[in-house]
Amino acid sequence: MAHPAPSTFTGAADVIAVLVLLTEFAMLRAPLLRSQVRLYAFQSLVITVLAIVVAATRHIDELYVLAALSFVLKVVIVPKIVLRLLSNSEVALAGSSAYGVATMTLIAIAVSIFGFFSIGALHLQSTALPSTALAISVAVVLVAFVLIILRSDVVSQAIGFFSLENGVSVASLVVASGLPLIVDVAFLFDLLVAVVVFGVLMRVHQGRSKTLSTDSLDRLKG
Amino acid sequence: MNAVLIAIVVIPLVSTIVTWWTPLQASRVVTVASGIAVFVLSLTLVPSATSHTFLAAGPALRADALSVVFLVPTTFLYATTAIFSVGYLHPPSGDAGKRYTRHFYAGLNAFCWAMAVAPIVNGLALLWVAIEVTTVVSALLVAIDDTDGATEAAWKYVLLASLGLGIALLATIVMYYAGTRVFGSSYDLSYPQLLAEAHRFPKDVVRLADILAVVGFGTKMGLVPVHTWLPDAHSEAPTPISALLSGALLATSFYAILRFFQVSMRCLGPTYPRNVLLAFGLASLVLAALYLLSQRDLKRLLAYSSIEHMGILAIGMSFSAPIAIVGVLLHVIAHGTAKGTAFFGAGSVVRKFKTKDLLRIRGGVALLPWSGPILVLAVLGLSAMPPFGIFRSEFLIVSGGLSDPHDAVAAILVVLVTLAFFGLSWFTTETMLTPAPAMLTARLGRGETSRFIVVAMVLGLVALTVIGVHVPGQLSDLLHHAASELEVTR
Repeated sequence: MAHPAPSTFTGAADVIAVLVLLTEFAMLRAPLLRSQVRLYAFQSLVITVLAIVVAATRHIDELYVLAALSFVLKVVIVPKIVLRLLSNSEVALAGSSAYGVATMTLIAIAVSIFGFFSIGALHLQSTALPSTALAISVAVVLVAFVLIILRSDVVSQAIGFFSLENGVSVASLVVASGLPLIVDVAFLFDLLVAVVVFGVLMRVHQGRSKTLSTDSLDRLKG
Repeated sequence: MNAVLIAIVVIPLVSTIVTWWTPLQASRVVTVASGIAVFVLSLTLVPSATSHTFLAAGPALRADALSVVFLVPTTFLYATTAIFSVGYLHPPSGDAGKRYTRHFYAGLNAFCWAMAVAPIVNGLALLWVAIEVTTVVSALLVAIDDTDGATEAAWKYVLLASLGLGIALLATIVMYYAGTRVFGSSYDLSYPQLLAEAHRFPKDVVRLADILAVVGFGTKMGLVPVHTWLPDAHSEAPTPISALLSGALLATSFYAILRFFQVSMRCLGPTYPRNVLLAFGLASLVLAALYLLSQRDLKRLLAYSSIEHMGILAIGMSFSAPIAIVGVLLHVIAHGTAKGTAFFGAGSVVRKFKTKDLLRIRGGVALLPWSGPILVLAVLGLSAMPPFGIFRSEFLIVSGGLSDPHDAVAAILVVLVTLAFFGLSWFTTETMLTPAPAMLTARLGRGETSRFIVVAMVLGLVALTVIGVHVPGQLSDLLHHAASELEVTR
């Protein structure tokens, strides 16, 4: 059976989703914390473009508001705050992980292939909605988890969560653009609160241990 | 147009704004009044939710029997926690103290607002938003004490809960995707629409949505293995917030899982959604029962007991007998009241002894003439001793499980609950009943730290006993009504 040629929208959505996934991989191998944050800002910019594409092709005007909000918050404010917090600290390098960069990348590739094909196994054939982009966004979410689990510093954890939010945004934009706008806005607020708690954590913990490693977050156990 | 629903949304929101701007004395009064008012309003919904199929206000608000089952314990805890907080918070000293209490009361009202709104919104999207707001507010409330422990707990909480909500949002999106087959590319995820057409959704997609929802919302509900934030946040948050996290927030997340369960039941039939909950429930119960045997921190002990009870809820949903579902819903109410009361007691003990370490607390019953004995009774209630509510609800769940073809699960449930009983009641009764050394008695003196703490605890204990001895007729009707909403498969 021949597949129908993808529409312009599907093509654009797929390309953007692939870009988001590649940025996610770049974050995984970025040795400097600052470059991780910059990559996140770039990834968010790509998502903003996706929001504008969806808004224009589907004629959903609310999405322009979302694009504006996500540009202001995710491309400008959040990276700026995190960079400011980082410049106050003396730590520049990401925490050493249990595995080398090559191993981490291989794990991430395996995980993203799993995510991609598990969505493929659902056998979704839809002319209206790009299911490839959905599969890629699931891969982004899984690689974000790899980043959070394997890197042992709080900045990577934070950036991992922020980029997971980006992955979910891709899914939401491509297959559920009719979802009420308030859903995406609420998630943006979560980012802000995560940044606030992150700032408090940096302030309280750094004064004591001069490190951003998660190894110092071991007071509470059992 | 149901005015009560609108009032439940508006009142806590107004008191959030008011408490942000008013002095402490007024904040206390406003918070207590708002808690009591919302609780009374939600009680008035009980008879109408059973006589009608649902109540609605506009397209966004909708309450059926299941909603009201979750609304009542949440608002009850709102009222009692507001009273407890009056006694628990120190009178503020200086500007920092004033700022703290202002943030605390505004946060408390906002947190309760989000939890009261979650069960009465119409649709999976708005439900996700409400639960997202609970995370945002409660993470700040966990961090409010600004200590090493509090910030560490808040970081773990905000990170894990947000990741969980990311997965839950993915579940919502996947469910939306499933619906586009029937409704086209633009619709809202309102319950009546979903439930009416769920049988036409593609089955594989709904399976994925269901398991993502259990993992995602399960993170906030404290299901093992995604529970790891829970003991930290419960032990490091200010005690009124611990009581709300444990008694109300976990239940709210369970409510979200049940809404996905309802749709999955109609699309997939009963086996798949029940088995998913069974797996997570068993893991939670096993791990919590073992951890309860080795806890030395009073608030962490209660936190692990919450994981245990969430496991019981999940297992109870996997039983096919209708009586088990009634038991699960009663358990939500009973656990909320019992755990709230127990945390209030823990707060009173911590205030008195200035430690959470069970090995350093001695003679609680003698030194705290009211809250000491009530704490012991609440813990016995949590361990499912009669005549308290949890005895009745667990009895219903187990008897439903024994009539199930897989009655081995019910047997495992009984064994693990007994194990948890030992852990929970052994340490607390030992701590509370062993006589205090004379030096400690002399230093601390006999007497309560605040009357308000005692009032909140008495209210909780009375409620717990009432539902244990005799479930009021209208509440019983409500539970059966809600259970039948959950059972419909086609």
